[in-house]
Amino acid sequence: MLPPESPAPALAKIALTGLRKAFGPKIVLDGVDLAVNPGESLVIIGGSGTGKSVLLKCLLGLLAPDGGTIAVDGEETTHLSGRKRTDHLAKFGMLFQGAALFDSLPVWHNVAFRLLGREGLSRREARAKALATLASVGLGPEVADLAPAELSGGMQKRVGLARAIAARPDILLFDEPTTGLDPIMADVINELIVKSVRELGSTALSITHDMASAHKIADRMAMLHEGRIIWSGPKREIDHSGNPFVDQFIHGRAEGPIHMQVRGG
Amino acid sequence: MNILAPLGRTLIAFLATVGRLAAFTARALSHAVRPPFYFGALGRQMLDIGYYSLPVVGLTALFTGMVLALQSNSGFARFDAASAIPTVVVLSITRELGPVMAGLMVAGRIGAAIAAELGTMRVTEQIDALVTLSTNPYKYLIAPRLWAGLLMLPLLVFVADIIGVFGGFLVSVYTLHFNAADYISQTWKYLEFRDVTSGLWKAAVFGFIIALMGCYHGFTSRGGAQGVGEAATNAVVSASILILVTNYLLTGIFFAAP
Repeated sequence: MLPPESPAPALAKIALTGLRKAFGPKIVLDGVDLAVNPGESLVIIGGSGTGKSVLLKCLLGLLAPDGGTIAVDGEETTHLSGRKRTDHLAKFGMLFQGAALFDSLPVWHNVAFRLLGREGLSRREARAKALATLASVGLGPEVADLAPAELSGGMQKRVGLARAIAARPDILLFDEPTTGLDPIMADVINELIVKSVRELGSTALSITHDMASAHKIADRMAMLHEGRIIWSGPKREIDHSGNPFVDQFIHGRAEGPIHMQVRGG
Repeated sequence: MNILAPLGRTLIAFLATVGRLAAFTARALSHAVRPPFYFGALGRQMLDIGYYSLPVVGLTALFTGMVLALQSNSGFARFDAASAIPTVVVLSITRELGPVMAGLMVAGRIGAAIAAELGTMRVTEQIDALVTLSTNPYKYLIAPRLWAGLLMLPLLVFVADIIGVFGGFLVSVYTLHFNAADYISQTWKYLEFRDVTSGLWKAAVFGFIIALMGCYHGFTSRGGAQGVGEAATNAVVSASILILVTNYLLTGIFFAAP
């Protein structure tokens, strides 16, 4: 059942219905229902190990769900393969938790990777576009020829963001965008995410357990707990959700209905 | 029954691994022969596997040829057959030692490097990132390495054959006091075309095995730094064992028939 604030699946940019995924006996997603409006920025919050990253990977087809449906622009995507999946993935830009930059390529080539590949731009055109995109995330041309390993964590995240937005995708996905960054750099990344989403007019889906980040980049929030969406609504309502699980999580209290697992599996 | 249970589990685990490897190989091959082809990536891998492996393979071949000449002399002198040394050296090098030694050295150098690189890419989500950028990792990462292994090992072994025979020549002429012209003449006298080509075919198979094992173990690695380390070790060990087993099978195919 979709929460009442959610758009109807047929009208949604992204609609997950009854999504299930288990690894052996461990059930990670247990019937996730979620819809994201076109142009909306939805942030999924939840503790570590609650399946947020698995949800994103299912959405991208990196993991095959055990059940349920994933519709993007009204098209069911779980059974796409080959050229159709490649075309489907072209709608997405993703910022990974650790940036996931290609070590073997210089910064500009990382940013221009899709432009050189799928988009078929020449190296000169792709480099020019990469430099412009780097500038839009506050990085100058002096970093273009550096290796990713020569950059700080915050700069790597910015390059990762530049790579995600370079081809102006319809949908932007952010996996823990501020993890491992100091508060100032985290806020810089949040600002850049808001700016990028607004300028591109993209739909954004983010997962995080950083509430400051969630407040900054969300139009709407949803909380994932024990494989299900247990609450969703506009971000201004999260402080008055009336849901004890949400209250415990957003206030970071050890006491409450959520019992943290101390062992995996 | 308790004794049989672990044996059964081991057998099932082994068969599951063989099945996963077979599925990976089939998928990799199907992508390796269909466009798009990444020629830049192929060029980099050919340089890495071929050119940068040349010093270690060349040195191995040189000393293998030199030792072979010394050992042959000490053995053949017992029944006055030292004149066979040039033939023994050239046949041993071209048929067996050139491809096998080069294969094992490249397995250590390249198999581990491929597994470590792909394993690191896997655990740092770089392979996932490739997919999100509409790039098939089998085509971009696996296919160039398979082609590079397949194409470059024969070239490496051809060079290793020459260096190995030259090593035998050096020891024979300057230590064992053979006549240089006679040595060269004797080397050519019994050498057949298939002696060289069989070694080169073996090299192509070994090159494919090395790249495949590196790619498989790296691509499927899990669990952070420890997983990457295990992938590198497994790539070298499995490639080395497969090279030795395959060498036996190929030798049977090439030379067992009358």
